[in-house]
Amino acid sequence: MNDSLGHIFIDALLINNFVLCVFLGMCSFLGLSQKFSTAWRMGVSVMFVITVSGVLSYGAHNLLAALHVEYLRIIVYIIIIASTVQLTEMFIKKTSPALFRELGVYLPLITTNCAVLAVPLFQDARGYNLVQSTVFAIAASGGYCLALMLLSLIRERTYLSDVPSLARGTALTLVLAAILSMTFMGFAGMGS
Amino acid sequence: MSDNAVSCHTPAPAAPDNPFLNGLWKQNPVFVQVLGMCPTLAITNSVRNAIAMGLATTFVLTGSNCVISMIRKMVPKQVRIATFIAVIATMVTVVDYLVKAISIPVYKALGAYIPLIVANCIILERAEAYAARKPVVKSTLDGLGMGLGFAFALTCLGTVREVLGAGTFLGFSVFGPNFEPWVLFLLPPGGFISLAIWLLTFATVRERKAKRTLAAAKAQSETTEQVAVHA
Repeated sequence: MNDSLGHIFIDALLINNFVLCVFLGMCSFLGLSQKFSTAWRMGVSVMFVITVSGVLSYGAHNLLAALHVEYLRIIVYIIIIASTVQLTEMFIKKTSPALFRELGVYLPLITTNCAVLAVPLFQDARGYNLVQSTVFAIAASGGYCLALMLLSLIRERTYLSDVPSLARGTALTLVLAAILSMTFMGFAGMGS
Repeated sequence: MSDNAVSCHTPAPAAPDNPFLNGLWKQNPVFVQVLGMCPTLAITNSVRNAIAMGLATTFVLTGSNCVISMIRKMVPKQVRIATFIAVIATMVTVVDYLVKAISIPVYKALGAYIPLIVANCIILERAEAYAARKPVVKSTLDGLGMGLGFAFALTCLGTVREVLGAGTFLGFSVFGPNFEPWVLFLLPPGGFISLAIWLLTFATVRERKAKRTLAAAKAQSETTEQVAVHA
């Protein structure tokens, strides 16, 4: 496998998009894509959390490996993520109370977003070093942000269209996601 | 953290008396509550993987519901979510090693999705909405019902995707050698499409049932009116 930084970036951002191709972070993808304004804010906060927790988890992984207690990794990662989310919450509250009010409910939700936990797990499995891990975390979360924004833009357009009452809600969103996912399959083979 | 932190969607309404059947059908985590979408879409490209994932999640849900219900009176309200996550993460670590011990091929097929059970919304939702309030036996039954309901939904999806996408069921050929597999159903878009189809099917069934109940209620009220008039 090609492990150059550019390849890792394109791969995580487009070819193996976290949401549309690997199915991570589905709950927030389906739940928070009603409005573009909330979607991009959520996307950016998730990007921040993933990048910070990804780098911290890389350190934690090395520490656990040095101590020979790898079986604790799931618990350690989830604690790192929960603390990062808490940190982000305090940071946003201090710097921009308006944004904090807007995001309010959604911020703590990031803890149960599986895309966040998946980044350190994938880093382990692929044996990335610190720089590769950072690039991977940024690209993967960027892919999440991109998919969330795209879906929210499409969903805003469907509000005025004539959809059978049965298909309104989740079913329609899933069909839209399927079409987006097919589009992203067009990136397969890029960079190889 | 606020109460909203617990699940990705609004929690289910208060459960009626039978916690086991409730999870299996009435409040099915996938088809009714639309929770736990990541494994539902990612692991259902074959029936075998779907069943394995469903059983692993059932194990975690039952165990975490049981333990959380036992310790519910000892945990202070402020740190409950952190405590729940620690319990769930422990159960998941157990499952991680259990699956590895039982079958290496299944372990490889499920890959990162076993550790990711920690982040499955259903488990934290049931912990917060049910196990943190109800006695041990009921909570365990609820976990078992919800888990099996999840496994049932995964198997439904896995069946559609494997039969259409590979022409096989559990590895046995269904349509014979001349079948041209509909590969799209094994790829990511197929996951979205088949889940959409299942949701539509269940929505149709529910709407028909609601219409029938409505018609029955109408007929009932008409007869009582007639009786009243005659009297």
